[in-house]
Amino acid sequence: MKLLTHNMLTSKCLKGVTVGYPLGIVVSFRSVYNFKAKDIKVSEVDFNSEFIARIIPKLDWATLWKAAESIGHVGELPQTLIQDFETNEEFLKKVHHVLLEVEVINGDLLCPESGRKFPINDGIPNMLLNEDEV
Amino acid sequence: MNNQWKKYLFWFAQEHIDFRTAEIQSILSMFGVNIYTYPKLETHPYWIVNLPSENLVHKIASRAVCVRFCMELWANSKQAEDLHNKLKTYPISEIKKYAGPHKSFKVIVETFCKHFSQGSVRLNNPDTTFYYIEFYGLDPNNIPKEPYELFFGRWITSGQRDLIRKLSLKTRKFIGNTSMDPQLSLIMANQAQVQKGDIVLDPFVGTGSLLVAASHFGGYTLGTDIDFLMLHGRTRPTRISQKIREKDENIATNMSQYGKRSYYIDVVVSDFSYPLWRSDMCIDAIITDPPYGIREATERIGTTKLNPVIEEHQASSHIPSKIGYDLPQMYKDLLTFAAKHLKLNGRLVCWFPLFRDQYSEDQLPTHPCLELVANSEQVLSNYTSRRLLTYKKIKDPKESDEISSTNLIDFREKYFALRNESRREKRMKKAVEKAKNRELWEQNNKDNPKR
Repeated sequence: MKLLTHNMLTSKCLKGVTVGYPLGIVVSFRSVYNFKAKDIKVSEVDFNSEFIARIIPKLDWATLWKAAESIGHVGELPQTLIQDFETNEEFLKKVHHVLLEVEVINGDLLCPESGRKFPINDGIPNMLLNEDEV
Repeated sequence: MNNQWKKYLFWFAQEHIDFRTAEIQSILSMFGVNIYTYPKLETHPYWIVNLPSENLVHKIASRAVCVRFCMELWANSKQAEDLHNKLKTYPISEIKKYAGPHKSFKVIVETFCKHFSQGSVRLNNPDTTFYYIEFYGLDPNNIPKEPYELFFGRWITSGQRDLIRKLSLKTRKFIGNTSMDPQLSLIMANQAQVQKGDIVLDPFVGTGSLLVAASHFGGYTLGTDIDFLMLHGRTRPTRISQKIREKDENIATNMSQYGKRSYYIDVVVSDFSYPLWRSDMCIDAIITDPPYGIREATERIGTTKLNPVIEEHQASSHIPSKIGYDLPQMYKDLLTFAAKHLKLNGRLVCWFPLFRDQYSEDQLPTHPCLELVANSEQVLSNYTSRRLLTYKKIKDPKESDEISSTNLIDFREKYFALRNESRREKRMKKAVEKAKNRELWEQNNKDNPKR
């Protein structure tokens, strides 16, 4: 799951949950030799400045920043959105990295209202409810 | 490129005929071109049109999947002699740009051979390619002696037919029972006017064939599906030669196979009948092929039990039970979703299954915020077909909006009812036949008591 997707996902499917946003992220650990590492994959994705500039106004910036920080990949991303982002290529590249290049492979998404966990397996969030919850 | 109005000819592939006009219209409107003579292609596979520049021809051809090739039309006629005369009056200055002693050329002749002189003939990589076409109509059982129409012109460019082969399901890593064929997927992406940097969503993504097509036109793709095993590539393999799925069989691998991994955002396991996204999420296009309940089940999470209880220790590994998600409700949800989440003028492109004999346009799903801009039919069987519907969002939804889906027929219910009926009919017919035979036999026995 990329942080772009996380920025748009909610747990509104749950009974009694009206906003269900933003979802918390808990990253699982995987063992690398004798160490434990967060199960996050960082891969290179072609940079398209136009796309990033177009997507920024659609984002909830605070949510993006908090999510990136909570999984340890906030880098140099500023906590508040800068004014001239459309023309600032350096800045767009940072946003590009956080939005598209960082991927949570295994972990959980947490509903902010009910605490219900939604698992992320092999990079794919599972937002299905059980039949006693619908 | 020269910027002067000229006559061009587009030659179409003789496949998915009902989709041609809609595709061309979508492409033209995507590039903001207003032309008043859209192709009427019911009777012939070519479209002659005046266009302001050759550049535009290239633009159209860069997207059109139904187009085989385009040429600058120098002359057309019903008779060979007249064609020659017309060609002779074609401005020599125009001809000289492309033909002369120093330019190589080749002539491609469709259905018949013809001579051309001056300059050197080179079949590989000529400077100019000419096309001479004789059109003998569409009925292969009734070919006339003389062609109906003759064309001569300069070849400009090909359409996107090559892409169909490139994206062939035969060579694709991850496919399923209902993967959409590449040509129709590409047509859908064109109908949705997917352009570079658009966000495209498929809420019934399956094996992601529509995402592959959308990514080829630069769309960033998102998908959701209720089927956990499908998204994780753990369903039974579709290929007969394959016993188990390979470990990396999934949509992301498909996108990598075509070099479009950068255009893949994510897929999410979720039930479309419940809200998933932020209510202000805005997407550029929705392309989807919802399950019809025949080859893929139409399901949502639910149970017929009154008070289902799942113990806490089971909850994390529990596989939720599913109930039927009837088609009219599904399309109602789909249109409501599109009206809410599409940008203004954004498009929803989806298939809709029907019974051919009872089709009328008022059976199609409607929404006050969505305008039906194209509707093309693909015949599936004697009784059934599906229509590719293209809706454009014309305004934002209001609370008071009412969607009437009362006319919608549940395709699945009717499909199986009809099959049962025909089965019963068959049985009855057989029984009647048997009875008749027995009667005959008994009659014979009576007539020849010796035997």
